[in-house]
Amino acid sequence: MIQPVLTLDTFGLLCPVPIMKTASAIREIAVGEVLEVLADDPQILEDMPAWCASNGHALLDTIEEDEEYKLYVRKVK
Amino acid sequence: MSKPVKAVGLLSGGLDSTIAAAMLMRQGIEIQGLTFYTGFCVVEHNRRSKTRKRKKPVRNEALQAGAKLDLPVEMIDISGPDYLKVLTDPKYGYGKTVNPCIDCRIFMFRRARQYMDEIGAQFMFTGEVLGQRPMSQRRQPMNVIDRDAELDGLLLRPLSAKRLPPTVPEQEGWVDREKLGDIQGRSRQKQMELAEEYGIEDYPSPAGGCCYLTDENFGRRILDFFDHEGKENLTMDDVMLLKIGRHFRVKPDVKVVMGREEGENKFLERYTPGRWRLETKDVTGPTTLVEGHPTDDDLRQIAGMTVRYAGSKADPGTPVTCRYADAERILEPSPVEESVLETWRI
Ligand code: SF4
Repeated sequence: MIQPVLTLDTFGLLCPVPIMKTASAIREIAVGEVLEVLADDPQILEDMPAWCASNGHALLDTIEEDEEYKLYVRKVK
Repeated sequence: MSKPVKAVGLLSGGLDSTIAAAMLMRQGIEIQGLTFYTGFCVVEHNRRSKTRKRKKPVRNEALQAGAKLDLPVEMIDISGPDYLKVLTDPKYGYGKTVNPCIDCRIFMFRRARQYMDEIGAQFMFTGEVLGQRPMSQRRQPMNVIDRDAELDGLLLRPLSAKRLPPTVPEQEGWVDREKLGDIQGRSRQKQMELAEEYGIEDYPSPAGGCCYLTDENFGRRILDFFDHEGKENLTMDDVMLLKIGRHFRVKPDVKVVMGREEGENKFLERYTPGRWRLETKDVTGPTTLVEGHPTDDDLRQIAGMTVRYAGSKADPGTPVTCRYADAERILEPSPVEESVLETWRI
C-alpha cells in the first residue's frame, strides 16, 4: 500500500496551479517519499504525468472517484 | 570530463522553443526548462469559467514539451501586483490592443535571469525568431529587451543566432555558432524541416492568441476600467471579472457584468461580496453583478436587462431578485430597449 508522507489539497484550483503547488510540495519531502495530491480539475490527468516525466519523478497511481482525483507521486531525485 | 554547460530555456511548448531546446541538446548543453504563469492564459481561463465537462482534454504544452524532450521544466508564478504594473504602466506602450509585450518580455527575462543565477546556469535561451512577431521580435525591440532586462549578452536565440550579433555563449565557445539557425520571418518552413530532422512530432499549432492581453474585447474592457476606475486600482479579481460575461457601463460609476452561461454564472457568484447580485426569480436566467453605487432607478434598469437576457421563458414582467449582503428586494422591471443596451455595452 502506498504511504504518503504529505497530502496536498488542490480542490477548486485549475492547472497549472496544482502543478506549481506540487512542485513546491515535492521540495518538502525526501527522496523516496510519496506525495499525495488531491484535485478536481481533470486536466491534472494530462499535466501530472507530463510534469513527472519531465522532472524525473514517479507517478505511482491515480485514483479517480466522482470526478475527484488522488495522485501519488514518489520523489525520485 | 568537464561539467556540461547548463542553460535555462524559456519554453512555451510551441514548436519554436521546442526546436531551440533540441538544437542545444544536440550540442551537449544541459537544459532546464522554464515557463511562466501570468494569470492571463486564455486556455486556462476558458476552462475556469465554462462548465467543466469537456470532450478534449487541454494540455499544458510546456510540460508536454519537457516530457517529450526529457528535460525538467520549472513553472514560475509571476501573476500578482508586480506583473499587473507591467500592464498598467508599460514603459514601451502597448501593441495592437493592451498587450505590453516588450515590457512583459523584459519582466519575464529578468525573472529568468534571476532563476538562471539561482540554479547556476551559464546562459539562457528562447525560441524567438527574428521578424516573426510585430512587436517584440524585431531587431530593435530585441535589443531594448536585452538591455533593460540586464541580460549582459547571456540570452541566446538559437533559431536566428546567425542573423544576430554573437552572444556570450557563442563567444565563449559554450555553443557552436555554426550549428545554430539563421531563420528569419514568418514562414515556418524551416522549423518544420528541423522538427522532422529532430524527430519532433505532435507539436501544437503556432500559439498566438493564447494571451488575453492580445484580445480586442478584453482590451476595450480594460481601457474602460482605466478610464472609470483608475488603473492604479486594478487587482487580479478585476482582471478575472473583465475576462468573462457581458459588460455594460450604465453610468460612469455603475458597471454591470452578466454571465452568458451556467459556468460563467457560477464563476460570478464567487465575486458577490461587495456587489449587488441580480437573478430572475422562478425562471433560469443570467447572474448579474453590479459594481459601483446604483440608485433604485439604476437597479430597476439592470433588472430589466437581466430579464432581457433570460431568454424566451421570461416575460417582460418576470420578477428579479436583487441582493446586497443581507438585503434583498424583488423588482418587476420593464424591459430595456435593445438600442439603449447597445449604448451601454463595453
Ligand atoms: S502576448 Fe501576452 S504573454 Fe506574450 S509577450 Fe505579449 S503580453 Fe506577454
